[in-house]
Amino acid sequence: MKYKRDPELIRSVLGDKVQFILGDMACVYGGLLAGCSFFGGYPITPASEVTEGMARRLPRVKGTYVQMEDEIGSIAAVIGATWGGAKSMTATSGPGFSLMMENYGFAAMTETPCVIVNIQRTGPSTGQPTLGAQGDMMQVKWGTHGDFEAIALAPSNVQECMDFTIDAFNLAEKYRNPVCVMADGEIGHLRERVVIPDEKDLEIIDRVPATIDKNKFIPFTNSQTRNSKVPDFPTFGTGYHTYVTGLTHNEKGFPATDKQPDHEKLVKRITTKITDDLDKLTNVEKLHLDDAETVFVTYGASARPAESALEMARAKGKKVGMLRLKLVWPFPYKEIQKLASQVNKIIVPEMNLGQIVHSVREYAGGQCEVVSAPKIGGEMHLPHELYAYLEGN
Amino acid sequence: MIEIKDDWCKGCGICIERCPVGALEESDKLNKKGIHPARLKEKNECNFCRLCELICPDLAITVIPDEEVRKDVKKSLLSPIGGKGK
Amino acid sequence: MPEVRTADKLNKKYLREDMWPTIFCNGCGHGVVLDYTFWAIEELNLDMDKTVFVSGIGCSSRLPGYINADGLHTTHGRAIAFATGIKAANPDLNIIIFTGDGDCSGIGGNHLIHAARRNIDITVIMINNFTYGMTGGQLAPTAPLGSVATTAPYGNIEHPFDICELCKALGANYVARWCVTHPYQPIKSIKEGIQKKGFSIIEFLSPCPTAYGRRNKLGDIKKHWKWYDDNVILIEDYNKIMTYGPDEEKEKIKNKIQCGVFQDIEKPGFFEQYAKLVERLQEKQVKGGKK
Repeated sequence: MKYKRDPELIRSVLGDKVQFILGDMACVYGGLLAGCSFFGGYPITPASEVTEGMARRLPRVKGTYVQMEDEIGSIAAVIGATWGGAKSMTATSGPGFSLMMENYGFAAMTETPCVIVNIQRTGPSTGQPTLGAQGDMMQVKWGTHGDFEAIALAPSNVQECMDFTIDAFNLAEKYRNPVCVMADGEIGHLRERVVIPDEKDLEIIDRVPATIDKNKFIPFTNSQTRNSKVPDFPTFGTGYHTYVTGLTHNEKGFPATDKQPDHEKLVKRITTKITDDLDKLTNVEKLHLDDAETVFVTYGASARPAESALEMARAKGKKVGMLRLKLVWPFPYKEIQKLASQVNKIIVPEMNLGQIVHSVREYAGGQCEVVSAPKIGGEMHLPHELYAYLEGN
Repeated sequence: MIEIKDDWCKGCGICIERCPVGALEESDKLNKKGIHPARLKEKNECNFCRLCELICPDLAITVIPDEEVRKDVKKSLLSPIGGKGK
Repeated sequence: MPEVRTADKLNKKYLREDMWPTIFCNGCGHGVVLDYTFWAIEELNLDMDKTVFVSGIGCSSRLPGYINADGLHTTHGRAIAFATGIKAANPDLNIIIFTGDGDCSGIGGNHLIHAARRNIDITVIMINNFTYGMTGGQLAPTAPLGSVATTAPYGNIEHPFDICELCKALGANYVARWCVTHPYQPIKSIKEGIQKKGFSIIEFLSPCPTAYGRRNKLGDIKKHWKWYDDNVILIEDYNKIMTYGPDEEKEKIKNKIQCGVFQDIEKPGFFEQYAKLVERLQEKQVKGGKK
């Protein structure tokens, strides 16, 4: 069955406009609203609820759900389904994300849009399956071999789990790149109120299909119909006879494994197509930055206690602000450079031993002090712990 | 008539070996890769069975049947799968 | 009686002629499998706009690059998982997978098992040359006992994998094994496999003179191809001799590799069943009006 996105059917399956649901389920709702028509999943704590939710709801909106035999099969089927014409997603956690790395790179190299939801948990290895962490933030950018650009979003509450999943689909289709939604076990297993947006308030972006003459179409070069480094998408079965390979390929898609210029041209195009748009992509939330002297730079779950610590500090008259990164990769370095020139100290609370803090330090360029506030073991920071970073030291 | 694309032939010799009537041989000329491509013998017993066309790994052979030139098979040099029944 | 179609016309229709000649060695059987596939597709009159070729990594997996149709050249061993996704998105496409023995049964074993068990409607053409050819001749799961490879220089002490028996046990709809050296049965078998709904697997025993033949004293190309004539037997002959034959005959054929159609059944495919499930849910939704 060829999928057609039916907004009324989707909303009738999702139910009431205002609901009290798990973060994992919000990702399901976001996917369905965006028009996801294929989900290939595998159970893993704490992301099993995403795959279960999809198993229940996707057939009812006439999509296809397959529980694959492992995470590698899941991401492979997701990429295959995209080339077959579907919008596809998968959900996993740390160990599964590590398994998916090879095919994640394949999706980037072949410019295949897909969405991976990573409900992070403590690692390394099996770690603490039921407790959240933010330990994969560098892996999403550097985990696969070779050079590519990652796009990663970090939701801080359940409503954002839904909204960012819809955004992830839009970004994936626009840039033809895999996009990751880096939630974590805390938000994933949290129940909060969500409001399902009306159709008129939603923006859904679809990939641009190839429409020009089959003899003139060149699959892996700048778009021939618009001014963009992202080529039009020749879905399988539409008669374009495209050859898609993970090997370094020339513009027509055929292997060019012994040619340096071809490789450089290809990899530079697939990276700059995203980094050129850094200003458009940057998505941050700014709190009390106008007169701040000390700033928390946060993302995801650790933004919640940071905001509480901020309020405690402001109540005592301290000049504290917060910059919350909603889009973590490509890294919004211009915001950090600007911020570092205006403040004395940046504190980066993370549920890991310090990952994004390295990027912050790099772009702060020594203009201010950058302090890491790590906490591992599956517990979120407590506001008074973060407040302690503000006192004296 | 048998047409062989000289630049596609890799000189593996399978067509020569497997022809049931031994109608192919190596030619004297050299192709671009330095191989002697196969060719139809001057005096041949070809009966257009098309085995060479089907079995060439490089799809280099085309058999164009010509009813007037076809010869009857006297004795096949091939054996079926399993090696028995000659 | 269909008109005679010459190889020349076949090539123009199905081959990407500017990619030819191939990267395959002298005497390799992969080009022959491509040839048989073309003849099968021609006789079935498949729509090349609606056919997709998927492959993994290896010599066999370079085949889709030569075919003038949509092709997906994926990561090592995962071709079958990618194909499941393509079929899920668009069940009207015909999907043919080219894979090798190491790609399919080694790293890709898990995906093979589950696709066969689920009866996904794809056709797998697995080309078995008893070795990992592209990387130089390392030991493969299907290598015979005692054979020599670069990673088994003193002889193989592992028992080989019989992929057809595995697929038979999993209930695949069509399981067959043929040798590259004789053309007519393979072409018919590929046709049957493509037409069959559900999981079809056709194994091809193919010579690899460069990586396997040289190290295992199979001599030059002609001797290597002759080896297949002498060591392969049809299933029907094997069963006949084992049931009725004298003991000397049984001894002679005991260790030969069997070829033929192992299983040919009709079971509904995975996506057929899934479409019925979706229909059932739609009816329930319309009738019940609630979640």
